[in-house]
Amino acid sequence: MALDKSEVEKIAHLARLRVSEAESDEVANRITDILTLIDQMQSVDTDSVEPLAHPLDVVQRLRKDKVTETDQREKLQALAPDTQDGLFLVPVVIE
Amino acid sequence: MEWETVIGLEVHVSLSTKSKLFSGSDTKFGSEPNTQANIFDLALPGTLPVFNEEALRMAVRFGLAIGAEIGKRSVFDRKNYFYPDLPKGYQITQLDFPTVGKGSLNVTLDDGREKKIGVTRAHIEENAGKSLHEEFSGMSGIDLNRAGVPLLEIVSEPEITSADEAVAYLKKLHTIIRYLDISDAIMALGSMRCDVNISIRPIGETELGTRTEIKNINSFRFVEKAIHTEVLRQQEILEDGGRIIQETRRYDSERDETSSMRSKEVANDYRYFPEPDLLPIEIDDDYIEAVRSELPELPDAKKTRFCTEYKLSDYDASVLVSTREMAEYFETVAQEGGDAKIASNWVTGDLQALLNKSNLEISESPIEAGRLASLIARIKDNTISGKIAKTVFETMIDNPATVDEIIEEKGLKQVTDSGEIKNLVEEVIANNPDQVQQFKDGKEQVIGYLVGQAMQLSKGKANPGQVNTLLRDKMK
Amino acid sequence: MIEKTVAELSAALSAGDVSSVELTQAYLARIAKHNATLNAYITVCEKPALAQAQKADEARADGASGPLLGIPMAHKDIFCTKGVKTTCGSKMLHNFIAPYNATVVEKLKTAGTVMLGKTNMDEFAMGSSNETSHFGPVRNPWDTDRVPGGSSGGSASAVAADLCAIATGTDTGGSIRQPASFCGITGFKPSYGRVSRWGMIAFASSLDQAGALSKSAEDSALLLNAMAGLDLKDSTSIDRKVDDYTSSLNDSMDGLKIGIPRQHFTEGLSADVEQVIRDALAEYEKLGATIKEIDLPNNHLSVSAYYVVAPAEASANLSRYDGVRYGYRCKSPIDLEDMYKRTRSEGFGDEVKRRIMVGTYALSAGFYDAYYRKAQKIRRLIKNDFNDAFKEVDVIVGPTSPHTAFELGAKTDPVAMYLEDIYTIAVNLAGLPGASIPAGLAKGLPVGMHLVAPDFAESKLLNIAHQFQSNTDWHKRKPPICDGEG
Repeated sequence: MALDKSEVEKIAHLARLRVSEAESDEVANRITDILTLIDQMQSVDTDSVEPLAHPLDVVQRLRKDKVTETDQREKLQALAPDTQDGLFLVPVVIE
Repeated sequence: MEWETVIGLEVHVSLSTKSKLFSGSDTKFGSEPNTQANIFDLALPGTLPVFNEEALRMAVRFGLAIGAEIGKRSVFDRKNYFYPDLPKGYQITQLDFPTVGKGSLNVTLDDGREKKIGVTRAHIEENAGKSLHEEFSGMSGIDLNRAGVPLLEIVSEPEITSADEAVAYLKKLHTIIRYLDISDAIMALGSMRCDVNISIRPIGETELGTRTEIKNINSFRFVEKAIHTEVLRQQEILEDGGRIIQETRRYDSERDETSSMRSKEVANDYRYFPEPDLLPIEIDDDYIEAVRSELPELPDAKKTRFCTEYKLSDYDASVLVSTREMAEYFETVAQEGGDAKIASNWVTGDLQALLNKSNLEISESPIEAGRLASLIARIKDNTISGKIAKTVFETMIDNPATVDEIIEEKGLKQVTDSGEIKNLVEEVIANNPDQVQQFKDGKEQVIGYLVGQAMQLSKGKANPGQVNTLLRDKMK
Repeated sequence: MIEKTVAELSAALSAGDVSSVELTQAYLARIAKHNATLNAYITVCEKPALAQAQKADEARADGASGPLLGIPMAHKDIFCTKGVKTTCGSKMLHNFIAPYNATVVEKLKTAGTVMLGKTNMDEFAMGSSNETSHFGPVRNPWDTDRVPGGSSGGSASAVAADLCAIATGTDTGGSIRQPASFCGITGFKPSYGRVSRWGMIAFASSLDQAGALSKSAEDSALLLNAMAGLDLKDSTSIDRKVDDYTSSLNDSMDGLKIGIPRQHFTEGLSADVEQVIRDALAEYEKLGATIKEIDLPNNHLSVSAYYVVAPAEASANLSRYDGVRYGYRCKSPIDLEDMYKRTRSEGFGDEVKRRIMVGTYALSAGFYDAYYRKAQKIRRLIKNDFNDAFKEVDVIVGPTSPHTAFELGAKTDPVAMYLEDIYTIAVNLAGLPGASIPAGLAKGLPVGMHLVAPDFAESKLLNIAHQFQSNTDWHKRKPPICDGEG
């Protein structure tokens, strides 16, 4: 499956990546190559095969409903690029 | 053209677990921003989700309460989208294998009609944080205290055909959730939120029309108004030969209109796939039966029981079971007071009026159930009349004394002494010769006037039954 | 002393022949000398390492003991280390000081190890040559013009050049085994679920597993003893008894049934590598093992399936890097979308972006069934192939990589790079334990032999590897960079 520029643009937007005009062809070609590699699996008939989501055939453990965490705001916000009054700041969110 | 409305509701309810869905952070409402957001909630690299068993139990509780199929195997999926209040860039939810499958709710409409409304599914997912738009030098502030709080998303079948039905469905859902004690379900605080999917079609048409989705409506009344407004908008467009665009809209309650929330975003593509950090949840019959055995008596069952056990009318019973607290209050009053009918009248009448006036929940009532029961007991045993009881009730609001103390102190005890009543009756007969004559001439209804005169003379304390009997005796 | 195995150092420490501080100083000196060339470490923790060594010596003086007490080691920079920069090889996390320890780090700290530093790696573990690191490529101590393999290339290079006694790594498609092969050391990847992933920065959640890069199978066993086990913080960590992995190292090879997959000895495998592996197999026969050809009929699809599953999971796992709560944020974003797009485009390297886009595409509307679901079905077929094979044999043996270490910059085509992992990837898709051990040299460069065992048969796998090492000395060969040093 060959990818065109508009598809690259669409995927890049979904992934919140910017692909410049200059890179666009190169990116499209590279991804097309990868998709060609991936498409080898289409040669096998898997109609009757159950998908395997996880190598472990076990079930989810359950956690007791207990508050185990304390306030770490100061320590954690020290990692953030921009904060004010205990909030993480970002360019204005338009709903 | 005659139109028919088709509505489906998606209701998000915050489950009242102590800790978050996938982390041990507190879920308390109203704390300082980001003080309840730990390293997982902030999606720090390397952190992983661990599932809270209480959220599962609450979801199953809800499923059983609406007679739903319970998913023996439920699977979490990632729903991918970017938003600053969604730290991981995906929401953990359940797509193909929800914990709660098909069920239904019986609702009673204002005209007394009953309707069964299907619930397609209910799934467990994480809440997002909040974006605050106050001025932060042209920036938005992100608070992640709410990020990761468990939600149950309850999706109805598109079987709702009017705003009234939508509200009845929501109220019933609210009642059940409160009975189950799985959420505060307070719309004003966001612990219950509603998205409404609306389409209209010409009556007789079997294909559904194009729908719009109105997001995040935060009161029952606004749901009703938003539906009315949106249905009208769609009708106008279609009648003018236009086309409805499938989109998300918001309801502006001040202007009573809906408007498009269309952003620059191309069509959403959430790229769901099974959450690899979590494994499938499996539950067996023993688990389900254990949860079932802990279910409280639910409103429908309670209502039926109230009708048969206490001989209440259908209407009174529905009012009394509308909240678990009111039903419990009523039962205490009925049992301790000794008369269910009087208890029902007081709880749905004077007490409700009092609570409405002071904007209180029944759990905050200034008169607790035991005291109201003593009042009922005194009406029942003729110590006071129903009318005097209202005076006592008024006094009880601010006066912590017992009902008997109030009656005693204010001298409100009903006059049942036959000597006193005899004096009263004689006085009335002497003062009203015309009416007495009319009665004697066969004008039966005059007796009411004469009893009234006697009651007035006694300042309401005379026992009206006794007065009536004695009057008739004396006028023979 | 620094060239010795952990088992040997441990004996020397308990005999009092050397102190942990002395050892730590020796490794730090070695790092100071060679890291500029090899670029194996992103961060060196000189002072804290000496303090930990001091503590270990004091503990020993107070009667404490343990096979890892006072052993200087390195952690791949994918593990969160409290108070220490944790970059995952990316500009996105170039300034990220982790506020907590990964479970692996915590367990090894408890075992008394000394952390010398954090090793270089392909960005977010996406690569097979260590050339995608934001902090520059790592070099192979056998030939510094060559790559060490990836993504745990820093750990492999550091162990091979004696810049630490042992190191942690992670393996999503071969990221421990392939660099171990290229650098002539032992690489061990346990079964999926054996070691906690808490604090290990995710690449592909259903494939990632932590393991060891070591100088011997015995050392891997010692490290695994301390790393493995149930962790309630990781829902995919398994509740299963942890063996003493050293206890069966000396079991006999007599009667061992070795399977060699036909599909691993076909065109594409270089002749000199094949010869080394065949010679090594002959060694096992001498020890009493029998060798049988087996089929892994769907192995050739493993790379295809992997390049759907891994990028798909990665595309979601890497969405959290948005410049809001930690890590890199672009300068002066004009609006929210600009912040997201520039932060992510500037913060991620090309290979990471490529994989995010491939994963995004594979999951996008209309393609899910053809890609993601299809890949999961192939994954089932691959797992079934292994299950069938293990009905007949105890272990599967072949080459780890089709050839020896290649030169830096030799592979610019991503697809060619992906095919590097043709023999190792299926093991991750199936969640099995796998190892690469030095089997010989081809034109002066190390050749790794790949060993794969059934689910949770780590003890058996380590036993088989150890027996080879007890009867050969390929694992003791040192790269030229070590010549003339003690």
